[in-house]
Amino acid sequence: MYKCIIRRLAQGVVIVLVVSFICFTIFQFFGDPVLTLAGRYATQKQQEEVRIKLGLDKPFYIQYSVFLKNALHGDFGLSYVTQTPVLGLILERLPASIELAIMAMIISLTLGITLGVLTSLNPNFLINRVIMAASLFGISLPTFLIGILFILIFAVLLGLLPPFGRGEVIKMVGNWRTGLLTLDGLQHLILPAFTLGVYQLAVLLRLTRGGMLEVLREDYIRTAWAKGLPARVVVFKHALRNALIPIVTIAGLQLGELIAFSIVTESIFQWPGAGNLLLTAVYETDHPVIVAYVMITSIIILCVNLVVDILYRFINPKIRYD
Amino acid sequence: MIRILRSRRFYHYIKDISAVGGSLILLIMLLCAIFAPIIAPQNPYDMRTLYLEDSLKPPIWMKGGEAPFLLGTDDQGRDILSTILYGCRTSFTVGFSVIIIAGMIGVTIGLLAGFYGGLLDTVTMRLADAIFSFSTTLIAMLFLAILKTRGIGPVIIAIIITDWVRYARIMRGSVLSVKEEDYISAAQAVGASDFRIMLKHILPNAIPPIMVIAAVDFGAVVMLEATLSFLGVGVPINKPSLGMMISIGKNYIYAGKWWLIVFPGAALVLMVFGINLLADWLREEINPKISKGKLVK
Repeated sequence: MYKCIIRRLAQGVVIVLVVSFICFTIFQFFGDPVLTLAGRYATQKQQEEVRIKLGLDKPFYIQYSVFLKNALHGDFGLSYVTQTPVLGLILERLPASIELAIMAMIISLTLGITLGVLTSLNPNFLINRVIMAASLFGISLPTFLIGILFILIFAVLLGLLPPFGRGEVIKMVGNWRTGLLTLDGLQHLILPAFTLGVYQLAVLLRLTRGGMLEVLREDYIRTAWAKGLPARVVVFKHALRNALIPIVTIAGLQLGELIAFSIVTESIFQWPGAGNLLLTAVYETDHPVIVAYVMITSIIILCVNLVVDILYRFINPKIRYD
Repeated sequence: MIRILRSRRFYHYIKDISAVGGSLILLIMLLCAIFAPIIAPQNPYDMRTLYLEDSLKPPIWMKGGEAPFLLGTDDQGRDILSTILYGCRTSFTVGFSVIIIAGMIGVTIGLLAGFYGGLLDTVTMRLADAIFSFSTTLIAMLFLAILKTRGIGPVIIAIIITDWVRYARIMRGSVLSVKEEDYISAAQAVGASDFRIMLKHILPNAIPPIMVIAAVDFGAVVMLEATLSFLGVGVPINKPSLGMMISIGKNYIYAGKWWLIVFPGAALVLMVFGINLLADWLREEINPKISKGKLVK
């Protein structure tokens, strides 16, 4: 088991290195940081000073090793626009993103799996067919459109919920400000969380239903019914546990999608999270912010995938470590 | 032709309302997109036909609506219906280009990786794992964010960079499942070349699952193009795109100009919904383990 985890960790480190190399190359060849930092009207001498200060006069591999060393110390440089450390900028906005993502995941996991199980039990009932059709519609709706329609319906036409921002926040430990503890904050959270969750909900619902339909045909389920076990036990203990195995893998793999769509959602609802920061950085060509965002995201994704992989081996005893 | 019409699969197809409905929606939209220059009342990207006094007109049945603007106009005085028709062309172009190119790259790599195994297999599949966990959407977004040029070409490339992985995985799996079969050994015994075995004996087996992946992928790619254009990293502002239209409409959402969002949105959803209906039917038709509508208990 440890051998396997160590191997996965080593793979993860390789991937992070590759990502960092790509980021660094991009940093080098797209846009001239000297011009950005020294300003358009800087003299030749001033430009040269900035170049030496940034270490850009050194050969490529030395620059890369310096970049790596700094990145390992959490130093991704200063933002071109605000002239403040990039890591601080991102960490300040990360809590808002995490709160949004976790709420969306809770919504999609609970509703998706419950509805998936219910529709798999009696696939021919009218209500279940309606749910299935709705879920097909759900995966045909792009996230940005869901968000905009939510704003149009619930904020503009009905005036029920606030259309943008995070509302009132309470300061927690250090940089962590939470909107989960105020009524205003929760109201602001509803629309973005559902926007981000709907697509995943539809995907999970369809996966659960598919998995359940396959498992429910197995002989051991027939045995369980024949033994006279109550439906609750057959469905949740015998069937769902086996149907859940592929769902856990997919749910883990969906993290990348979740982060991508959180960028979209945050931009629509003006949510003050890391995704919104990234988009602003893109429009302003703020390379250090983009690079730091990519590096942090890739580390998060790899860590979560490792955890999912370990979890997967726990819930599925059929897989043993070789 | 008659053989196709008489086949069992065609019978299943014609019996299935959602499959026929899905393909009808797609067919109509495809025809509209192809013949957009003929049927559209206005060429929304010809500056000479645009008048600013026509801007932000509501649909024709509402107060202030005016012919020939059936579904109203946007902030530049572009007819919404015409812009949608032209936008669909972009969606179909990107969709078809990506599935054909990414499909060919992925199938070739998957075929070679599965057949020869070894280092090639290990490297491509590790790469595929990494790409998969970062997700197509995220990588395409970041790629375009860094690339400064905007246009249909860059969008297609940005999606292909990661999208081939889906095809490669399916293809590899399907190679591995038939590689040890007797008919492959038989072909080898009679001296068939590797190339011939891959092309004539292995590839045909993998066609059905690849069709399903391609259909699902088409919908995903159309949505992705719209998302990228919506965020402003996809198609440039002077080119038609459904995502771009919605992004313009977003600026007028509080002014209650709903038609700028609802009509292009509906067109986009209808297109993807049609594809998904078809893909869903295809998946159930090919996978005998899930039988549609049969009571399972």
